[in-house]
Formats: sequence, C-alpha cells, structure tokens
Amino acid sequence: MRLSDFVQHLINAFSLGGIYALIAIGYTMVYGILRLINFAHGDIFTYGIYFAFYGVTLFMFPWWVSFITAIFFTAFLGALIERIAYRPLRDAPRISALITAIGVSFFLQNFATVVFGGRAKSFNPQTGMYPVYFLKILKLGDVRIRLVTLITVSIVAISLLVLVWIVYRTKVGMAMRAISKDIPTTRLMGVNADRIITYTFMIGSSLAAIGGILWAMTYPQVYPYTGMVPGLKAFISAVVGGIGSIPGAMLGGFILGVSEIMIVALFPSIAGYRDAIAYVILIFVLLVRPTGILGVEVSEKV
Amino acid sequence: MSDVVLKIENLHVHYGSIHAVKGISIEVKKGQIITLIGANGAGKSTTLKAIMNLVKKSSGRVHFQGIDITDKPTHSIAQLGIAMVPEGRRIFPNLTVYENLMMGAYNRKDPDGIEKDLEWIFSLFPRLKERLKQPGGTLSGGEQQMLAVARGLMTRPKLLMLDEPSLGLAPLLVKEVFEVIQRIRDEAVTILLVEQNAYGALKIADYAYVLETGRIVLQGPGNELLANDDVRKAYLGVKG
Repeated sequence: MRLSDFVQHLINAFSLGGIYALIAIGYTMVYGILRLINFAHGDIFTYGIYFAFYGVTLFMFPWWVSFITAIFFTAFLGALIERIAYRPLRDAPRISALITAIGVSFFLQNFATVVFGGRAKSFNPQTGMYPVYFLKILKLGDVRIRLVTLITVSIVAISLLVLVWIVYRTKVGMAMRAISKDIPTTRLMGVNADRIITYTFMIGSSLAAIGGILWAMTYPQVYPYTGMVPGLKAFISAVVGGIGSIPGAMLGGFILGVSEIMIVALFPSIAGYRDAIAYVILIFVLLVRPTGILGVEVSEKV
Repeated sequence: MSDVVLKIENLHVHYGSIHAVKGISIEVKKGQIITLIGANGAGKSTTLKAIMNLVKKSSGRVHFQGIDITDKPTHSIAQLGIAMVPEGRRIFPNLTVYENLMMGAYNRKDPDGIEKDLEWIFSLFPRLKERLKQPGGTLSGGEQQMLAVARGLMTRPKLLMLDEPSLGLAPLLVKEVFEVIQRIRDEAVTILLVEQNAYGALKIADYAYVLETGRIVLQGPGNELLANDDVRKAYLGVKG
C-alpha cells in the first residue's frame, strides 16, 4: 500500500471510529451512573437523523439550523425516555430496567416505522440535507479526501473536547462523577440526583444525534433500523474500552473504527466480513481483559 | 422560635419484616451536642438515615426548625441545612479532595463564604490542605474521615449529623475526632452524634439517648449517664 493510500484510509478510519466513540459515550455514561445498558441508545441515534431530515424536508429549515434543532430534540427525547421508562424503575431489580430498555428500543423502531414509514429516506445534497460542496474531493499531495470526512473528524474532535470539559471541569460534571460512585451520598450533599441523571441522558443523546447526522452524511439514508448496527458496534466499543469509562469509550470507538477500515483496506478479500471484525475484537478483549481496556473492577452497589 | 432544631416524634422504621426502630422520639436543641449510643443493631444509624429519607419511615414525623421534613426528598432536606456524615465515610474516591469539598458546597453561591469555610476547615484538618489535588480514594482511613466531616461542614449546616465518626480509627485519632466535634459545636453548629464509643460520646454530649433494639431505654445529660450504673455496666465495660 502506498503511503498516500494509508493516510487516506487512516482519515476515513478516524471518521468512522469517531462516530462510534460519540455513540459509545452515551452507553458508557448511562451505564456508569445507573448500571443500565440503554438498549434504546441506537434508536436515539436514528431519531437524531430523522429529526435532522424532517427539519429540512418538512420545516424547510436551512440544513445547519435543522441539525442544531435535531440535536436539541434528540437530547429532549433522551431525557423523556429516562423520565417515562427508567426513572420509575430506579429501585427495581436491574433486570427489569434492562428489559424495559429493550422494550423502549422496540417501541422507538416501530413508532418510527408507523410515523416516518419503513422505506429509507435519502440523506444527501439532492434532498437538501447539506451543501453539495461537502462532497468535494480535496487533494493534499497524493492524498484524496472528501470534505465531509474532514468535517466529521473535526466535529468529533470538538464534541469530545466539549464533553471532557463538561465532565471534568464543570460542577455538573463533578456531580456526574460523584453520582457514578455513590448516589445516596451525592443526595446528602443537597444535589438533586434525578436532575443530574437527566442531564446525563441529554448529553449522551445529543452526542448520539451528532454521530447520527455525521453517519448519515457518509451513509446517506435513514430508515427505522439505521441505528442498529452502528449502535451495536458503539456498544461493543464501550465494552472493549471498559464500560463506565469515558476515555475507554473513546478509545474503544477508535479501535473498532480503525480496525474495521484498515483490515478491509489491507485484505480486500475479506471485506464481506467487515461487520464481524467488531465481534472478533470483543471476544479477544473479553478473554484477555474482561473489564475492558480501561475498565476497573466495579464493585456491586449496595 | 423555640430553640429545638430537630424534633423526631414516634419514629418507626421497618426493613422488610424487621422492625428496626420502634417509636423513637428525640429533641435536638440549638448549639448542643446530642448523642445516640447503643450496641450494633440498636437502630442508631437507621434513625439518622430515616431523618434524611435515605430509608423509608413506617410512621412518625420529623420537624427541622419548625418545618415538617418527614416526606421531603433527601436533597431538599440537605438544602435546608442538615448535613449527614455517613457511616463508613463514603467519600467520593474518584474525586480529588478539593472536589469532594466542593461537592459539599454544591448549592452555595457565596464564593467568599466558601473561601472562609475552607480556611476554617484547614485549621481543623491541616492535613487536608496538603492533599487537595489527590483523589479521595488515596487517603488513609483517618484522613478520609476528616474529609467526610469537612465535606459535611462545607454545606454550612445548621445541624451536623455524624454516624460513627470514630469507627475503625486508631485511639489517638479517635481523641482527635471528639475534639474536633467540640470545636465545631463552638462555631454554633448543632450536632447529632451516633456512636458506639459510648465513653467518648457521653463525655462531650450535652444530652444523650441510649438505644436498645429500636427503643430509647434511657436518656439524660451526658455526664449523668456517664455516672449511671446501668450505662457503666452495659456500655463502658465497668464491672458491677
């Protein structure tokens, strides 16, 4: 492989890995706080894309207004799901919450099928989703790269920096980290834990919406099950990196994205097994390090 | 306003079929140190948790400064001015010492007051100042206990409830803890102290309650109970 090809693949890999990372953070944050695997997270991702799609096609917003609105609505959707489906089960056995999460996922998929229709909608410049110059191919020496890929990588980087800033530098982030260790004691500090949990769902869901829109720019369609495969891979990313750990989710996302693109690039003959790579990595990591790469042994909450 | 800060009337708590607290009534007066002593399982910690609504009350009412807090959520009770330092310290191990202290000050909007209270806390616990940037989980047991008390003080409580602050500490540190409790009282913070170390607690308490299997069996000024024969036999290890 020539160096320029390698660089090209690497940029694509970071773009895909970055999207996995954005979604994985939603899984890992919710798990970190509630010990709940939010199976509906992949569907929240799908809804992010739908909101962006309808903002442009139904409400005639300019694409960027539509994207920002979609991120807001998706955040609100995440908070709503937590309020309606998960909060009443806060003190219930964890298996009940898990089954509820699967139920929410089914509900969102079927609701989308009924309301938005089962046929895929095109998410491309022809439907006005984003300007046509996003598809322009830039040449940096021998490296050819689409503008949309560079935009994806930049948006991912900015989102991750903002997230790290929120979690590690703000008061709300401090409360999130406190809650992830000890909810009752956090309440004793006068912190409204339910509100912090709502914020957590909103942050995770807005990252899923950002990931969804970026995903749709590269894989330009949306249907009710769009979020399933990327959602599953992001979940694997979170587990590989160590579920509950935010740096772990980022690392896991990039590991999966880079492996997927690079293995297919190096061995085009196995391109058909592309989706299996994530599982191979998952099995390997779970065998060698069951807590995930950056995960720590989590003691059961009392 | 009366000088009763906290009033518990006929509190009952059940854990499943176990009747852990069986009709406890307690009054805590402003500026005093009140202590609940008793053996393991007497219902002391459960009483504190029930005040904060960390466990469900079966019946009974709790008033704080005249306000009925029986059914208020934990965080609202804390915001009214009750800080509870839980048993086993329960500091946030993944947060730095400074962040732990700031969790205590979470709802405060007076940077000057926070700064002043930090200075006060460093005068009480000089060692915390040296460890500000360290994760709480890396502190020793004694330091964690200091941090837990300090974190409670950062809420600027009107009432500080301490659950077994001397548990598991070396004798020298136990002495230090009881001294600090008195110094905190001297700053006009009312204290409700739950202890198994009956001697240490009674010595500093203005008023004490003795709990046995969920009931108050004896009450009176700390020095009186210290002289009481039954208490001496049962809790102070004095042979009759």
